[in-house]
Amino acid sequence: MSASTSPGAPWIGRPLRRAEDARFLDGSARYVGDLKRPGMLHGVVLRSDHAHARVRSIDARTALALPGVVAVYTFEDIRRLARPIPLRLGPCPGLERFLQLPLAEGKVRYVGEPLAFLVAEGRYVAEDALELVQVEYEALDPVVDVHAARADRSLLHEALGTNVGSHYTVEKGDVSAAFAGADYTRRETFRCHRQTAAPMETRGLLAEFDAAGRRLRLWGATKVPFYNRRWLAGALDLPEAGVELIEVDVGGSFGVRGELYPEDFLVPFAAMRLGRPVKWIEDRREHFVATNHSREIECELEIACTLDGEIIGLRGRLLADMGAYVRTNGGLVPAKAAQFLPGPYRIPNVGCEVFALLTNKTPVGTYRGPGFYESSFFRERLFDLATADLRLDPAEFRRRNLVTAGEMPYGIENLCPFDADAAYDSGDFVLAFERALAEFDYARVKTLNGTLQDGRLQGVGLGCFVESGGAGPAETARLKVAAGGRIELYTGCSTMGQGHETAMAQIGADSLGLPVEAFSVFHGSTTLVEQGYGTYNSRAMAMGGSAVKLAAENLIAQLLAHVARMHEIEPAALEYSRGAIVRREDHRTLATLAGIAAAAQAGDGQARAAIECSGTFNQTRRTYSYGTNIAHVAVDPETARVEVLRFLAVDDVGRAINPLLVHGQMLGAAVQGIGGTFLDELIYDEQGQLLTGSFADYLLPTATEFPNVEVISLEAVPSTLNPLGVRGAGEGGIIATGAALANAVAHALAPLGVKITELPLSPNKLAQKMREARAAAE
Amino acid sequence: MKPPAFDYAAPGSLDEALALLAAKRDGAKLLAGGQSFVPALNFRLARPELIIDLNRVPGLAGIRRDGDGGLLIGAMTRARAIERSEVVARSNPLLHSAIPWIAHVPIRNRGTIGGSLAHADPAAELPAIALACDAILVATGILGKRDIAARDFFLGVFTTALRAGEILTEIRFPAWPPNRRHGFAEFARRHGDFAIVGVAATIDVAADGAVGDARIVVFGAGDTPRRAREAEAALAGSHPDTGALQRAAALAANHVDPPSDHHASAEYRRELAGTLTRRVLEQALAPRARAA
Repeated sequence: MSASTSPGAPWIGRPLRRAEDARFLDGSARYVGDLKRPGMLHGVVLRSDHAHARVRSIDARTALALPGVVAVYTFEDIRRLARPIPLRLGPCPGLERFLQLPLAEGKVRYVGEPLAFLVAEGRYVAEDALELVQVEYEALDPVVDVHAARADRSLLHEALGTNVGSHYTVEKGDVSAAFAGADYTRRETFRCHRQTAAPMETRGLLAEFDAAGRRLRLWGATKVPFYNRRWLAGALDLPEAGVELIEVDVGGSFGVRGELYPEDFLVPFAAMRLGRPVKWIEDRREHFVATNHSREIECELEIACTLDGEIIGLRGRLLADMGAYVRTNGGLVPAKAAQFLPGPYRIPNVGCEVFALLTNKTPVGTYRGPGFYESSFFRERLFDLATADLRLDPAEFRRRNLVTAGEMPYGIENLCPFDADAAYDSGDFVLAFERALAEFDYARVKTLNGTLQDGRLQGVGLGCFVESGGAGPAETARLKVAAGGRIELYTGCSTMGQGHETAMAQIGADSLGLPVEAFSVFHGSTTLVEQGYGTYNSRAMAMGGSAVKLAAENLIAQLLAHVARMHEIEPAALEYSRGAIVRREDHRTLATLAGIAAAAQAGDGQARAAIECSGTFNQTRRTYSYGTNIAHVAVDPETARVEVLRFLAVDDVGRAINPLLVHGQMLGAAVQGIGGTFLDELIYDEQGQLLTGSFADYLLPTATEFPNVEVISLEAVPSTLNPLGVRGAGEGGIIATGAALANAVAHALAPLGVKITELPLSPNKLAQKMREARAAAE
Repeated sequence: MKPPAFDYAAPGSLDEALALLAAKRDGAKLLAGGQSFVPALNFRLARPELIIDLNRVPGLAGIRRDGDGGLLIGAMTRARAIERSEVVARSNPLLHSAIPWIAHVPIRNRGTIGGSLAHADPAAELPAIALACDAILVATGILGKRDIAARDFFLGVFTTALRAGEILTEIRFPAWPPNRRHGFAEFARRHGDFAIVGVAATIDVAADGAVGDARIVVFGAGDTPRRAREAEAALAGSHPDTGALQRAAALAANHVDPPSDHHASAEYRRELAGTLTRRVLEQALAPRARAA
């Protein structure tokens, strides 16, 4: 971690503690679960117990008769308004046919699919009533994996005649020719397991409708409130300006939270229908079946290279398990996995065939590093299988094939059906790689590979990645000079715990030459800025932070013009300096922010117009973060327990607005990824029932599991795509965790003849691999 | 995750608790530390008509020595109190060493020894320790007390020999002979999780180094914790070398009939039972393994 401050930028680069921590720590933070409105009702969702069934009837009479139960809505009640949850991102061809309605119509396609929404005076009675609703099912054959899905024997969406949601092929170069002429090729099939983000706070919504004013307020929004407002206004037949989405404090998202889900329609629908506020808080059991899953992809991948290790081609076939419907993130996960199969390497010929397949499981969406975590594992694992065959050093092989700084900008062409041609604008992949090797003393540590130390097998593994972030197209910030010259900063970004209130103030402070204490940061309502986008794809600093900088520049220009008009001189004769407007020639202060704010407050219309200004940063090109992870593990060959002796993640964030926040993001992402590689796993049985539906079975790392994690965030090469020079910093730490750890475990177990091609690296599976290897050796 | 409606009583005496229990029989459930029961209640897996909260019943918690050098622990004694007890550390080093394996400190602050034994989770530590130590579990009913030997107490998954109307009130651990050594190990996915498999052992070693009485209890590998009697017999009377420990471990592994689930296959559990048995025996017989 490096703190780079410069005279012109005293606040950016400082590891300031988060302004928001006080309220998180003293319990005064307010989450949607804390909110109460007069007359508030509680909603609960009746969810399918079946993975795949026709719904013959839903009988809610007994439930409705229970005192305290107010309403039960089924599809018939929403039929007039019901429109499918939209596909916001990742429109792979064909996926638009498989969208989900807010309540099941005649058929359920996954365990947990909403069948009815029940509203009652309290949560307890609501849950009691839920048990009284009688659903008559006619069970159908469940489709629980991608191969069964492709076979199309049992169809989720009969009218469409197929479970293949999307099938497309992308290619750059001449892949067939490259493989036909190659000295060496190797093909393997890899599998990444189903996971979910499991934020500490589950989802929740509170809707209140003012019928007279036709005004809906919805608390609990985050991530993309402006998009959701637009869709909800349409779906609920309200003017967009009459819908306010409000973000209160949020306990984590990691991609899964804040998307439009069925409940985002059902809760306001019920509030409007009943004329009373309605709150719904997802419980943890619901969360596991209702909130997006991610990561489940099988990939057949083949490499072609020369005998001395120059990669000439990579081709893959990717089978992505989409769950039962296509949700807001569309085919983003498989499409990004395919697009970034080549990663940070110079590979002239790349091809991939992608199948997005519908199964009777919870639908998938984006989860921190979507597609990138998976494809990094596929590629990096294949590299180490190839280098073992060719007797090449894994580090030397990567060094040889990494795109160099001299090759930037490096075109990655068009490997994604819904993206334009893209290019890595800048970066020094080799520098980050060499830094990681040096920090880790890799050359020495790798000599331990496969050796037995105190009864445990040692292994060291590498994983390199590149990741796109900072998605556009735009973000807006608004600044307002308030009493005393304080600055109110309004952003269209959401915040789910990242510390944006602090970081945005740091950018504002440097842009206006003021201390961070002068800033009050506001986010979390669709009323704050005219058009915002939100927070996803590691974009808050690249897009939202840049908007703050532009807003400040606009504000300064506006203030200069105002003072010039007042004093009847040219704006060019004035300059702005630390909260004051001074005359260039004698540095005499003509006005201060506090003075102009006071004039505005006193009724000066010109001053009022001058003190408020927006800035919108437009950028459709993505930033790219990159880096290298190295893992050193010890595997107990008798129990299959893996201990992570040391884990290092190095990445380049271009510029760290607040190194402390960046450090926390990197560390948290790394631990989340390490946990995801060893522990997190959503397991379904053959009937499509989720077996890991609580935290007793879905295992998250606790503070004691992985103590030896180090992260280094470089500010090596600023991004060329935004005025701050920042690259996304929220996801880089997770992306190559699976890759590096799988390689480390593979090197440890290589002497036993074990081959690692699947995640997670659970002890049960590793023990099975060792058992099979022993049997094969006998 | 809200429980269904239930009645709640917090009796102020054991007699009152027994009377309430006698009146309700199967419809009542006792609340001790609540660490397993309350989640089951919220998942609606448990649906009692009446919850009888034992937390205000005096006299059910406490640790003391009996006249024979044994240990008496009240059923409502928190796991954390046992963990921090000097008396336990001195008079039952196996119990002392096993307690930190139970979940996490906040859970041990609430969870009780009686609650864990009466709940009879096959992967829990305390039932295995009770079995290894030949503990006596004292059940109190309206008509009086009866002693149940640990070996007769655990009948199946979440099933014990307690009869309707009885409350487990006290656990007696027999005196710990000076020549007794012990070992304990378990394998869990994360620190604090229920064991996938665990093994507890005691070995009484004669002055000449020969094994006298040996107890090996495997848990998490069947419906209840079980003694690996063939393995115990193989060790008794011997001067075990590495090979003997390995043979005992293999016997223990063969002896279990573990379930398969998504965390661990039966084969894997069987392998772990063998590995952990060998390691626990090595611990017990290691030169400095005696003292706790």
